[in-house]
Amino acid sequence: MAEARSAWITGIGIVSCLGEGIDAHWDGLNAASPQADTTTFAPYIVHPLSPLELDKQIPKKGDQRQMEPWQRIGTYAAGLALDSAGVKGQADILSHMDMIVAAGGGERDASVDSIVMSGLPKAADPDAYLNERLMSDLRPTLFLAQLSNLLAGNISIVHGVTGSSRTFMGEEAAGVDAVRIALSRIAGGQSDIALVGGAHNGERKDLLMLYEFGGFNQKDRFAPVWDRGSAGGFALGSLGAFLVLESPEHARARGAKPFAALRTVLSDNVKRAPGSVTRTLGRMWDSLAPRIDPAHVAVMSGATGASPATVEERDFLAGHPDIAVRAPGSHVGHAPEPQFPFNVALAAVAVSRGNLFPPADTTGVERPMDRSVKQVVVTGVGHWRGEGMALVEPAA
Amino acid sequence: MSANRDKAGRPIVVVTGMGMVTSLGAGKADNWAKLTAGQSGIREITRFGTQGLKTRIAGTVDFMDVEPFSSAALSSRLAETAAEEAIAESGIGARGDFPGPLFLAVPPIEVEWPHRQELAAASGANDTVTYDDLLRAGATGRFNAMHRRFMFGSVATDLAERFGTKGSPISLSTACASGASAIQLGVEAIRRGETDAALCIGSDGSVNAESLIRFSLLSALSVHNDPPEAASKPFAKNRDGFVMAEGAGALVLESLESATARGAKILGVVAGCGEKADSFHRTRSSPDGKPIIGCIASGLEDAGLAPDDIDYVNAHGTGTPENDKMEYLGMTTVFGERMKRIPISSNKSMIGHTLSAAGAVEAVVTLLTLAHQRIPPTINFDVPDPGIELDVVPHKARDASMRHAISNSFGFGGQNVSLVLSREPS
Repeated sequence: MAEARSAWITGIGIVSCLGEGIDAHWDGLNAASPQADTTTFAPYIVHPLSPLELDKQIPKKGDQRQMEPWQRIGTYAAGLALDSAGVKGQADILSHMDMIVAAGGGERDASVDSIVMSGLPKAADPDAYLNERLMSDLRPTLFLAQLSNLLAGNISIVHGVTGSSRTFMGEEAAGVDAVRIALSRIAGGQSDIALVGGAHNGERKDLLMLYEFGGFNQKDRFAPVWDRGSAGGFALGSLGAFLVLESPEHARARGAKPFAALRTVLSDNVKRAPGSVTRTLGRMWDSLAPRIDPAHVAVMSGATGASPATVEERDFLAGHPDIAVRAPGSHVGHAPEPQFPFNVALAAVAVSRGNLFPPADTTGVERPMDRSVKQVVVTGVGHWRGEGMALVEPAA
Repeated sequence: MSANRDKAGRPIVVVTGMGMVTSLGAGKADNWAKLTAGQSGIREITRFGTQGLKTRIAGTVDFMDVEPFSSAALSSRLAETAAEEAIAESGIGARGDFPGPLFLAVPPIEVEWPHRQELAAASGANDTVTYDDLLRAGATGRFNAMHRRFMFGSVATDLAERFGTKGSPISLSTACASGASAIQLGVEAIRRGETDAALCIGSDGSVNAESLIRFSLLSALSVHNDPPEAASKPFAKNRDGFVMAEGAGALVLESLESATARGAKILGVVAGCGEKADSFHRTRSSPDGKPIIGCIASGLEDAGLAPDDIDYVNAHGTGTPENDKMEYLGMTTVFGERMKRIPISSNKSMIGHTLSAAGAVEAVVTLLTLAHQRIPPTINFDVPDPGIELDVVPHKARDASMRHAISNSFGFGGQNVSLVLSREPS
């Protein structure tokens, strides 16, 4: 296949436990002292969202009330990205802006669920009891706060992004593929400008339960992702990340300044077996290698701490001992859908500033980088499926 | 310009295989016979107790063997059945080795009540049950299978493994437009030259108590329970909501060049795709109809066709008071006076609203309509709405000469997609 054109990253909107916006994140990452909440959901560990002044990006209280936290986080981050790109409120651009959101959803009303679960075993007619309780206890609008595509719907309503609206589901892979397809459409001339990203509320017991089925949660002991060992898990994080991707022509025509260029996004879905993640990342790296300048490249890793994916990624990285690696997940936790867009955003910041934040790891995977950063390879390995890699470069 | 490219110089995208399952049955032949006979698949719900519910009917698919049962498992099975039929018809690739990516429209995956009950029982909590109890049960490792089953990517992963599709499978949701979005993503990938073929599926097996209650609480569902087959009344004055339904539609999309080279039979063409998001409201369309109008117009533009080229419209036609009125407004604005004479019918009158699957199921039916030159009717059109002057092909199927058709799909969250489908490459 002919080499595709790149897209420029002209807008970044990120929120997490480190705060909101690029500077807060860069400062937090430079502090190099990852923190997490080990008590609220003990024995589970989470990275709670730094409180947001919602009115700044979601001015109508009515809109805020119609959303659950994951949608507010995402709508807020999307607003930051539009501000950052300088297109907020510009109806002529927003009306043709394409949107791909990587979303989960399904935020439960825990108190309703508890009432129903407690009552069902005692009910004379369980079906009738379930129907009666749900009919009277479920808020009618909760459904809209749960539907996966309603983050995109809320972004259309609050920010006026209406060119197109697509929602990808499927945990980590959804985030990788959202960025990949947004880039492919721009590079292929099917889109000029796109808003792409996602959001996640990690402070949810129903989600902890889902991952607990598979034993993926880190419990009791907080440590950086590389230091969780072969039985390690992830600590969920509340996080929102959106990027504005744009064709260089479209960006130049409106005088927009890029952070960096998104050159390539690769994704795959190999059947997991011992060594498969290591091999897949190696194959992806090899396909990027001809463009990579080993002296000035860094890796922004999506490692989550969950075994065996993180252990296998570490094995892949061990083959590139001279390259500086950073895993923002140690700082912000794991947010499956938006993690990859978030790390692409940090990669763009690193490229635009020409430097990296310091290591936050005592195992030796992360090492200081004293040379300037000109390229960043972003990895994104799903905890049970899906592998991704991106290359971020300076915008030419 | 090569004959394999469209007016814009892009690869022409054709359909070489189709499959479908609805409440009427499995397979295109059975469905087509029943659809053109005006038969309804809507029935009383037997899957769960409907005591106390306002709506007790749906177009459920009850003839599939799914164990252990969940909406995710049924959605997976429906998709698999439709895809088997489509791939077999297409003759593409080898068994378990489909030479292209998968785009799957699927309902958001959730843990369901039977599973919560199972976990609650396993937790040993005896009075008040909370998520802490479920977490404790989950931590035993006994429910490992629920992890994979209830991941959002689980159905796509099932299908990717079974059919050997290439690359990362895409699970997507654009609410009730999802099936059409899956087709659009496939079309775009082929036009970009990334692949010669794509497997596009819409599937939905999510008729369960909570899903039904959610739509019911939004007053979106018909409460015309008796008789069930008369409940779905698109475009009629007495329409009172949609009827939830299950099903799947699968299409093998291929570049014309690739299909011709391997001597595949061409079943139809996806000539264009239009989409437009609506920022008016979470569940309602902008009252000026502009997003719907923009969606249809962009589909026509993408196909390089004019409104006069369209011979038939497969309506979104849900039977809600709002949708049918807004769809009428959109269609008449784009097609003008001629809209009174363009036949437009709603498959949902017979199979109900298959939600995430609808766009794909109805694209298959539209292509069958073009292939057979015969239009399935809109049934239950007994009380015309004087505010909606359309030829809805009432009650009985009709033969017609048709080259190009539009299939509309609109959804909650401001989702609008229109596919322009053609009988053969022009």
